[in-house]
Amino acid sequence: MDIRVENVLKEFSRYPALDDVSLEIKSGELIALLGPSGSGKTTLLRLIAGLERPTAGRIFFGDEDASSKSVQQRNVGFVFQAYALFRNMTVLENISFGLKVRPRATRPPRAEIKKRAMELLDLVQLSGLDARYPQQLSGGQRQRVALARALAIEPRVLLLDEPFGALDAQVRKELRKWLREIHDKTGHTTVFVTHDQEEALELADRLVVMSQGKIEQVGSPDTVYDTPNSPFVFGFIGESSRLPVEIDNGELWVGGRAIGLTSGETPKGNALLYFRPHDVELVPEGAALAGVVVASRRVGGTRRVELEIGGNPERVEIDLPFDHPAGEKTRIAFKPKRWRLFPTA
Amino acid sequence: MIPATAGQVPFHPARAGWTFVRPSVIPGFGLTLGYTLTYLSLIVLIPLAALFFKSATLPWSRIVEIATAHRTVQALWVSFGSSLLAALVNVVFGLVVAWVLVRYRFPGKRILDAIVDLPFALPTAVAGIALSSLYAPKGWIGWFVGPNGPLHLGWKIAYTPSGIVVALIFIGLPFVVRTVQPVLEEFEQELEEAAATLGANRWQTITRIILPRLTPAILTGFSLAFARAVGEYGSVIFIAGNLPNQSEIAPLLIIIKLEEFDIPGAAVIATIMLVLAFAMLLVINLIQAWARRRYGDV
Repeated sequence: MDIRVENVLKEFSRYPALDDVSLEIKSGELIALLGPSGSGKTTLLRLIAGLERPTAGRIFFGDEDASSKSVQQRNVGFVFQAYALFRNMTVLENISFGLKVRPRATRPPRAEIKKRAMELLDLVQLSGLDARYPQQLSGGQRQRVALARALAIEPRVLLLDEPFGALDAQVRKELRKWLREIHDKTGHTTVFVTHDQEEALELADRLVVMSQGKIEQVGSPDTVYDTPNSPFVFGFIGESSRLPVEIDNGELWVGGRAIGLTSGETPKGNALLYFRPHDVELVPEGAALAGVVVASRRVGGTRRVELEIGGNPERVEIDLPFDHPAGEKTRIAFKPKRWRLFPTA
Repeated sequence: MIPATAGQVPFHPARAGWTFVRPSVIPGFGLTLGYTLTYLSLIVLIPLAALFFKSATLPWSRIVEIATAHRTVQALWVSFGSSLLAALVNVVFGLVVAWVLVRYRFPGKRILDAIVDLPFALPTAVAGIALSSLYAPKGWIGWFVGPNGPLHLGWKIAYTPSGIVVALIFIGLPFVVRTVQPVLEEFEQELEEAAATLGANRWQTITRIILPRLTPAILTGFSLAFARAVGEYGSVIFIAGNLPNQSEIAPLLIIIKLEEFDIPGAAVIATIMLVLAFAMLLVINLIQAWARRRYGDV
């Protein structure tokens, strides 16, 4: 099911949580809404589900205007961060709930409901736990039940609100892979909210990066990572280092020294240079970024070095292999292999 | 070689098997349990035991005679029957009040919240007098629903068993409200949202998701309201009319026996009430324990 969000505005007591947001989601896509807390990602998800009503704008499911439809009519599968399982029901009853509450005309027969629920339990790899109560399961198992429950109603779209947020790192990784498998098997259009960029980069077909109620960038994980279109996105997705620079004569200058990088299209004036700390090459002194090592610490297989460049109070981080000889030096010169410039006013 | 030391603390093997008190790291078990038992004995157990002793001064045949007397059976029936009815009404009514107080915002909400506790604070006799004058045939409500009212309903509330139920509803109201309210306040909104996304309408959400979660609290409120109603005296005697065999409650019968200096007779009725109330509360407690296992936190 295609989903189209058109110029949606959502205000909570005059404060805009979403400001004129438009987004198209293609059928069968696995899409991640990524952003810091308060960026409006959960609000957008809840608007699609119908748990909130937009102040202005419309939401389409296919060609049908869903804006005026209630949650019940929209037929969406929603998975909550805190599972929201019904404690007074067994796992099997939880999964069959959505089918059992249907009006008699569309409700499948009892045996059929049970069969479907058991199949879903199989799909989420929890066969044999049908008679348990949710409180007898681990966090990861609970979230799988929640997903099976959402899938049981054959939703037109599957919406997940920080589905792995309450789980520990190991289980999270495992479930991530597993969610991808389930998505590929069932082919549901899926939208999930996360603040974990690694999760979004690994799992999603497309990323929607949000900040302060607006969409900053939409694209495949690689595009967003390689060509962030704003300082915010560069800083938010992946590790980043930044340095104020001056642009003159088509070259970049730091503290009156040319650093051997060309400015391309960016106009003359002040700008911020962004690059990835691991995406640098060490060079002999000369036309390069050179700085004094002020701190250096080893993080697993890499050594993170903090440099002070040209008396600039803002420190710059670069990553070296932990056994690199340069890690011992007090002065390092380097050049970013890939970088982006964002002019400052 | 290690020399044997005189006066060394003898070695105790780890205590094995059953112990009366489970070892605990929290100190003060002896002190607190001792205090609890003394307190309970002085205030509750000894007076209640005295009741049994007093009843036991009568010969067995006399006890049976008092217990099976028509008037006694009727009074017990009125007491327990109307208490049960009042507690049931309070469950429904109290649930609605708690729902309104938790779920909606409206002007005067805090005042309404405070009013709920008034039946606790008001002297019950005052409540009885106020209720009986309102529900009497010439009172506002009594006239309205009576034979001469605009609706010609012909209902008679005060001075009948219905009046007893009205008084007991009044004094039992706060219990269900105050036990259900906190549980409803803590109820996760996400559960309702989850039910809605699965296609459940409001009614299905309330009956299948919310009410099961409230069951333990409702049962607690019910048993408190019921227990309070069984023991109520002050408000009821003003509105009941106190006709023997019709609207005479067991506590009143006890007072009547006392005024006739039939103290053992009063003790027998009191003992029967005590045993019945204890049995009913025990059953409710068992249901509650079951409900808690089934629906509550495990």
